Amino acid sequence: MTADKNFVLGVYEDEDVLLKAVKSVRNTGVKIHEVFSPYPVHGLEDALGYRRTRLPIAAFMFGMLGTALALTMQIWMLGFDWPMIIGGKNFFALPPFIPVTFELTVLLSALGMVGTFMVISDLKPYKKPRIFDIRITDDKHVMAIDLAKNKLNRDEIAKIVKDSGASEVNDKTFE
Amino acid sequence: MQVTSTVRDPLVTNGKTIHDVTEDVCRQVEGKPSKSWMMGMAISLTALMLGGYAVIMLLWHGVGVWGLNKTVGWAWDITNFVWWVGIGHAGTLISAILLLFRQKWRMSINRAAEAMTIFAVICAAMFPMLHMGRVWLGFYWALPLPNTFGSLWVNFNSPLLWDVFAISTYFTVSLVFWYLGLIPDFATIRDRATGISKKIYGVLSFGWTGGAKTWARYETVALILAGLATPLVLSVHTIVSFDFATSVIPGWHTTIFPPYFVAGAIFSGFAMVLTLMIVARAMFKLEDYITIHHIELMNIVIIITGSIVGIAYITEFFIAWYSGVEAEFYAFYNRATGPYWWAYWTMMTCNVISPQLFWVKKIRTSIVATFILSIIVNIGMWFERFVIIVTSLHRDYLPSSWAMFYPTIYDVGVYLFTFGLFFTAFLLFAKFFPVINMAEVKSIIKSDSEKVNTSN
Repeated sequence: MTADKNFVLGVYEDEDVLLKAVKSVRNTGVKIHEVFSPYPVHGLEDALGYRRTRLPIAAFMFGMLGTALALTMQIWMLGFDWPMIIGGKNFFALPPFIPVTFELTVLLSALGMVGTFMVISDLKPYKKPRIFDIRITDDKHVMAIDLAKNKLNRDEIAKIVKDSGASEVNDKTFE
Repeated sequence: MQVTSTVRDPLVTNGKTIHDVTEDVCRQVEGKPSKSWMMGMAISLTALMLGGYAVIMLLWHGVGVWGLNKTVGWAWDITNFVWWVGIGHAGTLISAILLLFRQKWRMSINRAAEAMTIFAVICAAMFPMLHMGRVWLGFYWALPLPNTFGSLWVNFNSPLLWDVFAISTYFTVSLVFWYLGLIPDFATIRDRATGISKKIYGVLSFGWTGGAKTWARYETVALILAGLATPLVLSVHTIVSFDFATSVIPGWHTTIFPPYFVAGAIFSGFAMVLTLMIVARAMFKLEDYITIHHIELMNIVIIITGSIVGIAYITEFFIAWYSGVEAEFYAFYNRATGPYWWAYWTMMTCNVISPQLFWVKKIRTSIVATFILSIIVNIGMWFERFVIIVTSLHRDYLPSSWAMFYPTIYDVGVYLFTFGLFFTAFLLFAKFFPVINMAEVKSIIKSDSEKVNTSN
């Protein structure tokens, strides 16, 4: 059986039932492909055993890049490339450069982080989404289990899912 | 495990389920536009066209068509600019600062408030651009671009340049924040739609599927964006206030300006959110999501910021006298008793006295009273900027150059243009985009709805 093609889906109505179900299903040794929800469920990523995202590091790095770019730009332009006499002030003075530095730090940090998020999560305008169940974006939580990645057969997995509190157990095959 | 508070008022009333949220918010996106919407659109487009004529005349003939003169070189243009930027402060404040404080009541109002922010900032940006006269050269004046003058760079010591960076950063970050929140909701609409609208919302939703991993990252991104946007919101109006505070004009040259302007901005921003939300909740039947409780909480923010603004006015006046600087004191004495006394006292009444009425619970929980007061506050905040700008300028150092400012129809016309632009954009948003953040509201249904789902 090829991977990423045949799935068993458990449909859950309630987020607390879902959280318990994720834990009990994982305890039986069944590997969960992914859980889909209409809204963020707190604690779900821990229950699924996902590593914490490193996006904050990306945000910090992009922010630092913004700081460096802004300072370099201002110091070079007004300090070296074309020093301008403005009210006899210093050509290179840090305090008046702070506002622009701050703004560019925030700008690059925000854009860089969101850009990274889009790339790693594969979000793009022309992407065709793989929809496991049309009700996911409405009010159902769906647990997808890839049959090819588990040793148990379809019926054994369906039983585990059903016992964990799923209101429906469905099959889904992608071409 | 979610815990239901017995002390706090429910944020979603009438026992709405998660599915009801989808239905109630998608209804106006999927349905035909209502009569009231069409009427609003007709009025906005009329304002946009009439104002558009004033803008074209301004671009053709130059800034001379405005009522500015040698003494009063800044008047309605900058007044309107600061006013719109101020209004644009509530959206990101609600979505960023209230997110950091974990205030769940932000969830049903943040989407519309952020949209308001974005459109208000666009309106605000019109004024500095148009008042440059030759807009097409503006890029060279405002941005550090290489040019044929030997690359004569922009002046990074100038607060006006800081403004360019602050406003454009604020606009970009707010837009990104707003759009990020819209992606899951566009996916909801996509999964309900058919035909061409399914394609359009499919593109807008960026292929969102709602996986747990993506949600976890999304939450982190939202939290960090909120952390970045919070100092950003405060910095924007601080920098706008520097436009005045770093000058040596009596009446502008005061260190109190940054906090005073920020408080004023939040004050006027919340007033505008209330004006819009009270109309929107009635127009789209969202009374169960934007409840009296929400309105009361926003009114409390108005009391707080209004009181800060009031104290700032009084402090400013006191310091002008106490400093012993004659020119400074004259600027303030002239504001209150000179030819523009009516503007000053309009400002004082609307901004200092009227928000104090919200101490009375009956008034702050009344929709009619809130609606009227929210408009009064915005009139007051417009006059605040007018008073600060025009009364400080019109009596120059030399009495021979004293003058008055009289607006022409082009001053009025350009202001009208921004109203047309703002309401056209807002009505389009309200029709085609989900006005309430469905995903966030769904996440609090269990803990903050009247009827709690007890299936486990």
